[in-house]
Amino acid sequence: MSRPRPEPVQVVKQRRDAALSALVSSIPYSQFLGIHFDRRGDELTATMSFDEKIIGNPLLPALHGGATAAFLEITAVIGLSWSRLWEDMETGVLSLDEIEAGHMPRLPKTIDFTIDYLRSGLPRDSYARARVNRSGRRYASVHVEAWQDNRAKLFAQGTGHFLIPERKP
Amino acid sequence: MTTDKAKLAKQFIEAIPHAKALGMDMTEIGDGIAQLEMDYDERFIGDPETGVISGGAVSALMDTCCGAAVMSHPQVKGATATIDLRIDYMRAAVPGQRIRARAEVYHLTRTVAFVRAKSYDDDSENPVATATGAFTAERKS
Repeated sequence: MSRPRPEPVQVVKQRRDAALSALVSSIPYSQFLGIHFDRRGDELTATMSFDEKIIGNPLLPALHGGATAAFLEITAVIGLSWSRLWEDMETGVLSLDEIEAGHMPRLPKTIDFTIDYLRSGLPRDSYARARVNRSGRRYASVHVEAWQDNRAKLFAQGTGHFLIPERKP
Repeated sequence: MTTDKAKLAKQFIEAIPHAKALGMDMTEIGDGIAQLEMDYDERFIGDPETGVISGGAVSALMDTCCGAAVMSHPQVKGATATIDLRIDYMRAAVPGQRIRARAEVYHLTRTVAFVRAKSYDDDSENPVATATGAFTAERKS
């Protein structure tokens, strides 16, 4: 028995990149904070570019804890949505046409979010990755790690619980 | 607020670029209690389908509010930093309405301030979100 020929790489990439872009560009606050996402396969890395407006302590200077909190939460929301979107996309439930027309699943709602500030955020770019520890039918638990210069030296981490929206009819 | 306090409150926000960028307003400060407000702004939307403000923007308001409460405590000297902050989202803030956060230092040790905060929109009976956090603090000896 022969297995079906895999799709051309450009087709796969175009679909995945369109989905990510539609998901990320839909959140105005993410744009406001200068957050963008890079994709390697299904792995996402969020970057929050340094900007004067995310400073909390100009004397040190250090990033504002609120900007860090928002960065972690947005990374978690996108990471969780992405993992669910990925399944729909790869199994063909969601087509490229639908993705490009903006037919995205609803975003999960944050129930609670805890941020652990490990060291002060330096005035430079920040990176973060989310790990979905559990994603059930109704609830999900997501952990996020954020770093700057060294991947091993986290400056903040967070855990959040999310309510997964019912699927659109 | 007295004119002196109002001036101090204004200076506090002016000194924090992120608070200024979000248009935060300090409406009360002193004795370990602070109140901050922030207008609804389309740039702060977290869910485009509903127009509801991002949880991150509310977190930023509450984090700043908690920090201000710590610094206003008569027993604390100097600045503070967040050690940890937990935010519970009770309900979606109504789009278009101003958010008001109120924080109080409920316990102070030699090195740590424990803070609680609540956020409201126009409905002052039902909070939009609550927060509890630990902040660094240096106690006056």
